[in-house]
Amino acid sequence: MGLDLSTLRTLISRYCAGEENWVDSRTIYIGHKEPPPGTEAFIQQRFPDNRIVSSKYTFWNFIPKNMFEQFRRVANFYFLIIFLVQLIIDTPTSPVTSGLPLFFVITVTAIKQGYEDWLRHKADNAVNQCPVHVLQHGKVICKQSRKLRVGDIVFVKEDESFPCDLILLSSSRDDGTCHVTTASLDGESSHKTYYAVQDTKAYNAETEVDSIHATIECEQPQPDLYKFVGRINIYMNNEPVARPLGSENLLLRGATLKNTEYIYAVAIYTGMETKMALNYQSKSQKRSAVEKSMNAYLVVYLCILISKAFVNTVLKYAWQADPIRDEPWYDQRTEAARQRNIVIRAFTDFLAFMVLFNYIIPVSMYVTVEMQKFLGSYFMMWDDEMFDQELGERAVVNTSDLNEELGQVEYVFTDKTGTLTENNMEFIECCVDGHVYVAQAICNGQVLPGADSMDMIDTSPGPEARQREELFFRALCLCHTVQVKEEETVDGIKQGIHRGKSTSFYISSSPDEVALVEGMKRLGFTYLRLKDSHMEILNREEEIERFELLEVLTFDSVRRRMSVIVRASTGELYLFCKGADSSIFPRVISGKVDQVRARVEHNAVEGLRTLCVAYRPLSPAQYQEVCLLLSRAKLALQDRDKRLAEAYDIIEKDLILLGATAVEDRLQEKAADTIESLHKAGMKVWVLTGDKMETAAATCYASKLFHRNTQILELTTKRTEEQSLHDVLFDLSRTVLRQHGGMSRDVSGLSGDYMDYGLIIDGATLSTVMKPGQEDSNSGNYKEIFLEICRNCSAVLCCRMAPLQKAQIVKLIKTSKEHPITLAIGDGANDVSMILEAHVGIGIMGKEGRQAVRNSDYAIPKFKHLKKILLVHGHYYYIRISELVQYFFYKNVCFIFPQFLYQFFCGFSQQPLYDTAYLTLYNISFTSLPILVYSLIEQHINMDILKKDPSLYRDIAKNSLLRWPIFIYWTLLGVYDAIVMFFGAYFLFDNTTFTSNGQMFGNWTFGTLVFTALVFIVTFKLALDTHYWTWINHFVIWGSLIFFVVFSLLWGGIIWPFLNYQRMYYVFMQMLSSGPAWLSIVLLIIASLLPDVLKKVIWRSLWPTTTERIQMKRRCLASQPSTIFMLSQTSSRISF
Amino acid sequence: MMASSYNAKEEDGHHSGPSSHGGAGAVKSKKPDNTAFKQQRLPAWQPILTAGTVLPAFFVIGLIFIPIGIGLYVTSNNIKEFEIDYTGVDVSSPCFSCAKNYSWDSTTSCTCSVNFTLEQPFESNVFMYYGLSNFYQNHRRYVKSRDDSQLNGDRSALTNPSKECEPYRTSEGQPIAPCGAIANSLFNDTLVLYHVDSNGTKISIPLAKKGIAWWTDKHVKFRNPGGNDNLTIAFQGTNKPVNWRKPVFELDPDDRDNNGFINEDFIVWMRTAALPTFRKLYRIIHKKSSSTPTLASGRYILDITYNYPVLSFDGRKRMILSTISWMGGKNPFLGIAYITVGSICFFLGVVLLIIHHKYDSRNSSADIPN
Repeated sequence: MGLDLSTLRTLISRYCAGEENWVDSRTIYIGHKEPPPGTEAFIQQRFPDNRIVSSKYTFWNFIPKNMFEQFRRVANFYFLIIFLVQLIIDTPTSPVTSGLPLFFVITVTAIKQGYEDWLRHKADNAVNQCPVHVLQHGKVICKQSRKLRVGDIVFVKEDESFPCDLILLSSSRDDGTCHVTTASLDGESSHKTYYAVQDTKAYNAETEVDSIHATIECEQPQPDLYKFVGRINIYMNNEPVARPLGSENLLLRGATLKNTEYIYAVAIYTGMETKMALNYQSKSQKRSAVEKSMNAYLVVYLCILISKAFVNTVLKYAWQADPIRDEPWYDQRTEAARQRNIVIRAFTDFLAFMVLFNYIIPVSMYVTVEMQKFLGSYFMMWDDEMFDQELGERAVVNTSDLNEELGQVEYVFTDKTGTLTENNMEFIECCVDGHVYVAQAICNGQVLPGADSMDMIDTSPGPEARQREELFFRALCLCHTVQVKEEETVDGIKQGIHRGKSTSFYISSSPDEVALVEGMKRLGFTYLRLKDSHMEILNREEEIERFELLEVLTFDSVRRRMSVIVRASTGELYLFCKGADSSIFPRVISGKVDQVRARVEHNAVEGLRTLCVAYRPLSPAQYQEVCLLLSRAKLALQDRDKRLAEAYDIIEKDLILLGATAVEDRLQEKAADTIESLHKAGMKVWVLTGDKMETAAATCYASKLFHRNTQILELTTKRTEEQSLHDVLFDLSRTVLRQHGGMSRDVSGLSGDYMDYGLIIDGATLSTVMKPGQEDSNSGNYKEIFLEICRNCSAVLCCRMAPLQKAQIVKLIKTSKEHPITLAIGDGANDVSMILEAHVGIGIMGKEGRQAVRNSDYAIPKFKHLKKILLVHGHYYYIRISELVQYFFYKNVCFIFPQFLYQFFCGFSQQPLYDTAYLTLYNISFTSLPILVYSLIEQHINMDILKKDPSLYRDIAKNSLLRWPIFIYWTLLGVYDAIVMFFGAYFLFDNTTFTSNGQMFGNWTFGTLVFTALVFIVTFKLALDTHYWTWINHFVIWGSLIFFVVFSLLWGGIIWPFLNYQRMYYVFMQMLSSGPAWLSIVLLIIASLLPDVLKKVIWRSLWPTTTERIQMKRRCLASQPSTIFMLSQTSSRISF
Repeated sequence: MMASSYNAKEEDGHHSGPSSHGGAGAVKSKKPDNTAFKQQRLPAWQPILTAGTVLPAFFVIGLIFIPIGIGLYVTSNNIKEFEIDYTGVDVSSPCFSCAKNYSWDSTTSCTCSVNFTLEQPFESNVFMYYGLSNFYQNHRRYVKSRDDSQLNGDRSALTNPSKECEPYRTSEGQPIAPCGAIANSLFNDTLVLYHVDSNGTKISIPLAKKGIAWWTDKHVKFRNPGGNDNLTIAFQGTNKPVNWRKPVFELDPDDRDNNGFINEDFIVWMRTAALPTFRKLYRIIHKKSSSTPTLASGRYILDITYNYPVLSFDGRKRMILSTISWMGGKNPFLGIAYITVGSICFFLGVVLLIIHHKYDSRNSSADIPN
């Protein structure tokens, strides 16, 4: 194609010419119409089609790609290497022994991933083939979604979702707006309004739209859903008109059109370049502390493995230095083997030893751990207690990798709004120039200002005050981004809103705004709707007032305020601004600041959320200036946000204070109880909030984070203004350390009588503390001092935090020298950064959208569920997985160490002790299920006790069950068992007969004897550790032993036709026919288990842990005359 | 889990739509089932290992193990065993010259006689073993050097033995039957036992050569190549192992059921020993009548046809005579081990009792049975 060639040429020339500035932005020809000649020569770029590919594989590349992905994991790669070594060199065990398990694992994973990918293919196909309407040559035609191209004009009808990212050109509404719900993107079900480009909004018929001649320049796709910068050049009469484009013009793929009959829009990002697709890229993976311990153990075992192989190789060559030993006449090498170079031979021997001992790091451990995590996480989802009736939601597990980390949490970072509190805002009062209006005291639109107790209330407001009051109400009715959810006609809304909520209601992304607008309604001013850029208000006299909405200076968390510029019907221009007190007061030039400030502070202490309202009358000239500023900022392609912020800063000044509002955010159910439990469990709870200090502190008191006797240390801007940060920090640390001077630090937290400290810090101070000091060497220490103070405080409140600061704090604690495990919990988009940063991120299914839930590792409906998820589930998961990990290493030491010892008796010839089938199946079937079941349903203590007694959580803190001493204990236990088994069998076999017919047993019987003892010992060891014997445990433990016996009988019972060896033929039966074999197996089992039982019993008696004490107490309470005799469990199946 | 996120999210968004409007259907479907399993409340037995519960177990184990151990020890001590080394390392030993002048090629076999005296009579059946030391039958290269299919009478394996048999797979261009290092090194000393009675006459003691191999080995695992009654023809086209003097079908020409692969001496040898010092059952001396001992005390002569060289690898050869009880041959280990473990358990039981009374006497009344 000539066109393609020319495109290619231009591409090449472009890159050669080095026009790199084009790389940052793209140019789109609406309707694929070339711009009129003479304008800038744009270069046609190539864009992908609208095919969504979420699948990873195609039919052809599945096998190689999947294999590659799987073998990229270190463990799989290790096993592959072992398998290849077995294939290549002459090794003691057949390649089947490691190939079969590996093959099994790889196949199961491949099937699982293949299935998932198939589902994705199906979903992709459904999406890619769904029909979309595209305008071509003035006609709407139907196209498959995947054939959509950048520049196509798309026609979308109501309730359809957008096929790609679009720029709204026009809609069925005259004002060029459309309503969209982004529920499937960020979960916010509210309707958002998007705006068409002003110059094209009139073109809302097929032919009209087709006649639009314009190009769009915009940035290349970015994953940020809420950011978009672009420019549209419209060629009217060949004169390009440039207009800014922002995120309010961009309709995202996945969102759905609502309440709008149809729209025309042009595709700008398609396929995998849509913002939705860019957002589906996976997050970085978190690893749990247990996994880290496990990997450390693996390294240890790898070292053991290598040293074992090395020692054996060296010994082998030392031993066979004597040629008689090397090649006795009865056991000659082949000529080829004899010719081989000694170095190669030694290396091959080393590899062969590696292969022989490789089972010490079993494939099945990874599979079992994965399965345990995956299956175990279902218990969390199934938990009835974590189901919230009201929301109809239950806990969600986004990653099962961190289950056990829930049992290790030391620091909890929680958001306040929506997490500790309900985020169910209720308008409480407003204060206009010191006159307090309480919403409850209003009936039928009549204002009864104030309750009696409020001394500031002036009961007879003068006419001027009344005017101010009405201005205040109007300001609140106008300064917001609330939408009216329309159900019926305009009249319907009018009636609906006025008479009751049944037909229509307000929707906003911020619940505060809804609360305020609803509060205003109760005070007599009803916001009706936004129509043709006019906001309509129903005032107390049932008159509709119309204000033209000129500009909205949207809210952002840095400015912490928003403004609107409106023109009243009288023609006066106003700027209404509402925001946090700290961001309003500095900009106020008049008004009753002191009274309002007093009221605001009073309310904040009460735990109410306060907002200040101010206004600024604008003269037409000022407005012109404002317009200019804004449009200039909006038109900018680069740094638009920064320039907008600067413009806002200039505009929102010289305000006149009107008053303040107070909205209550109630505490979540059982929030205080949960926090108290977390405290008792030894966790430090930090509240990170964007709210102001007083409000946040009040919430902290209410939620029992601070007690009455907590001494509050403040590290706020207020204090640092008086003293230097340096002095304040040292002061505080002195206070804290003086307290701890007398007593050793680890006692802290256990006894209740010592002084409790609570720290309050605000965002500004925090950033100075965190700032890396360049010239000042001291400032580096600030962090340390700050951490030192924090360590000694039981509760910390960080207020006035920006989202990123939240993450910073989490990171600061995470990387402090103790490396504590952190948990972040939050519900809103502003918590996402901290949720991602913390070891465990928990999302609350709150009202502020789904972003937190989406990015979290676990999501729970309510804050109170944190208690169960940590104290019960986390505790269980930790206990279970730690036993799983330790036991797996233990059982493989038991398994392999006898084989190592055997080398000393077989001339270091790599002769395996066990038969191939036993080597293969030991980890796969003889000993796998009991531990899996244990790790799924073990409960060392009942759930209710765990919940009732949070201090039990301290028993497992700091990864206590996977510390090195315990690991070494398990390993030594394994070595001991191995020695007992091997030498037990050795002395039994030593140059004697143990059958009653005088016949002799061979080496396979020797191995089988050891193996039989091994399987029983290892299984009984687990049985001894099991505290919770359900029928499943019984079934699996006894079942796997029976399976072992049945398998052995079968394996030795017949001559297997396709095997080239029959060494196990009747070996097991012959062994069972011998009395001493039975006796020695029993002896070996008892002797092996003895030390462990003894250790357990003595430790429990002499140094019991809290857990063990509780277990005993329970037993004592529930004790019945019945005896529990561990070694005869089969007969006794008592269930409490 | 991560992999399926795309679908999950699509669904997610889909659900949140209706549920926000308070759809009752969505609520129902998400409510978890209230079953005992899903709520982790399955009825369970919750035992705890405490001094109190373990105590009785320790005493019971002690009380059971000690008598068993004593029984085993006594049984083991009652077993008569006689062992004689006939390797011929010393100049004084009768087999010295045989051992010294050994060569594989010699056509005439060297014989020697060892005199010994049994102090005590052997009452029940006596089992005669030969023992080898420092012989690594469990060496990997050795253990795998066999072809079980060939030994099972598989015709194709007979003419084309497994590669594992190398370098004992073929000789002179013909496949070896039985192939491999194990078969090649078959123990070929002949031991004959004479009783020297009071007047000096040598009375040959009948040595039964049947019943020394596992029944299943002899009847199932090992089979002569079928199709022909005449073993010479059956083994045609194969060569004898290089170290053998005679081919496999002449191992026991007198007894067709003990010839070829199903020769019991051969089968016994083919079961590789677990440790480098081992014994293998050679012959059985059956008890004739209840009145006379199987082997009376007195002087005996062991006639050895010395074919098997062991000195080259510093090995030793022994002849062992042993009676057998229900628990096999003489092995004091098991008895001692039982007594030791039993005593330890008993002792630990006492220790635990003290600990229990001192530290958790609170619970003692509830936990100690009886």
